[in-house]
Amino acid sequence: MNIWDRLAKIPRSFIFLIIGLSVFLPLLFKFTLPLNILKPVQEVYDFIENLPEGSSVILSCDYSPDVLPETHPMAIALARHMARKKLRVYILTLHPAGTGLALDVYNRMIKEMGARERKDVVFLGYFPSSTATILGIGENIRNVFKADYFGVPFDSIPAFEGVKNYNEIRLAISISGAALPEVWMTYANGRYGANVVAGVTAVMAAQLYPYYRSKQFIGILGGMRGAAEYEKLVNAQNLATKGMNSISLANFVMILFVILGNIAYFMQRRKRR
Amino acid sequence: MITTDLWIWLSAFLTLAIFSFLYKDNPLYRFAEHLFVGISAGYYGAIYWHNAIYRFIINPLTENFSTFYYKIVWPELFEGKVYLIPAFFSFLMYLIPLLLGLLFFTLIIPKYSWLIRYPIAFLMGVGAGLALYPSFKARILDQVKDTFLPQFSNSLHFLNAIIIFIGTFTVLSYFFFSKEHKGPLKVLSRIGIVFIMIGFGAAFGYTVMARISLLIGRFYFLIHDWIHII
Repeated sequence: MNIWDRLAKIPRSFIFLIIGLSVFLPLLFKFTLPLNILKPVQEVYDFIENLPEGSSVILSCDYSPDVLPETHPMAIALARHMARKKLRVYILTLHPAGTGLALDVYNRMIKEMGARERKDVVFLGYFPSSTATILGIGENIRNVFKADYFGVPFDSIPAFEGVKNYNEIRLAISISGAALPEVWMTYANGRYGANVVAGVTAVMAAQLYPYYRSKQFIGILGGMRGAAEYEKLVNAQNLATKGMNSISLANFVMILFVILGNIAYFMQRRKRR
Repeated sequence: MITTDLWIWLSAFLTLAIFSFLYKDNPLYRFAEHLFVGISAGYYGAIYWHNAIYRFIINPLTENFSTFYYKIVWPELFEGKVYLIPAFFSFLMYLIPLLLGLLFFTLIIPKYSWLIRYPIAFLMGVGAGLALYPSFKARILDQVKDTFLPQFSNSLHFLNAIIIFIGTFTVLSYFFFSKEHKGPLKVLSRIGIVFIMIGFGAAFGYTVMARISLLIGRFYFLIHDWIHII
């Protein structure tokens, strides 16, 4: 058995171990590899940066815990930026399993980022039927958000003062591991011309870039890398930044395995001939 | 120092139980998997009950009914019949959709299961009506417009626009099955395959990155929240 035969027969558990170590070991060391900010992320930052103080923004945390490492750091970094800019943020979720995570973003905004409850940030909870909710906001938010998650009526919430529909809401951000940013883009942007930003898992990112190119999205945060870039922009490094070292090393190891696997395959085929 | 939080211990145990599948299928893994399925079903049930059924059906229904009822019993307290019709109308606005929704359950009674056609027809009609224009505009018109009428400010953007145009045209040629792929059509479809493969490659690369991110999330939880070594 030559080296190529051995390479082709590496046990699966060995590959798992190498990948596991390449993910685990970089987390132990405090170093950060250089990270370039991509244009779709920079454009999101610039758009929020240029919003006047007190502008209304919807932050729709449309994700569940299974995609938390990619999406939650995005939501926190965006919330930090919006709290710093003193925007009025309406947090909601269109994913039934997203309520707890959206509530976590709300609590962090109040406890860690200095946002004032119901003046700067409102938590609205989960809304079933994404289409009806997004279209309803376009007509009159009073009909959709009758009260916040804690039961405080619409008229008693200062953050809603003077806000009727997407004319007053300057931006809608949908962070998701599914197709919900496309639903926001289709209805909020397509029908009402609202500005929409997508924060998605890496799996979803590739299919959303055409919409960014056609300006249907202001920008896109794609996967843990997008979250790390935004963390860098707001200078608050968190899980995503720490994870980038692991991603880089794991990707390198995987590329190495793919190259070695292909060489072994072609060498074996050549030998058989 | 390792955490003393019982919930984090439980999470760590379940994470390791799921990871044990990497070795082979075992009772610990199956326990964690079944627990996840059961808890998810319960959690989703509770979320739908509180956030959808109670919030959007029961609460407004009872509110409107009680208003309507008391306005009939003690009309003198509510300025006569002025508000009677709007209150009754509001009540019906919730009652009719509720009854329509309940027709879905006729599926379990074979004799009346044909009634399910009404809510399905309603949903299809409303869904198609709502989606037709925005979906066509957002996913087709705007995309076609951007492909054929791109905005470019420098030569690099112009080059991008040409590549996208060639990509769109050749990929569409690949999916043109009304004519045998021979001659010029064969060349175009071959170029189209290259673009498709590049697209698949990009999607696969992103998918790998996504899966690694999830593993990072779990490892970070174990060493940061559980055993506190970072």
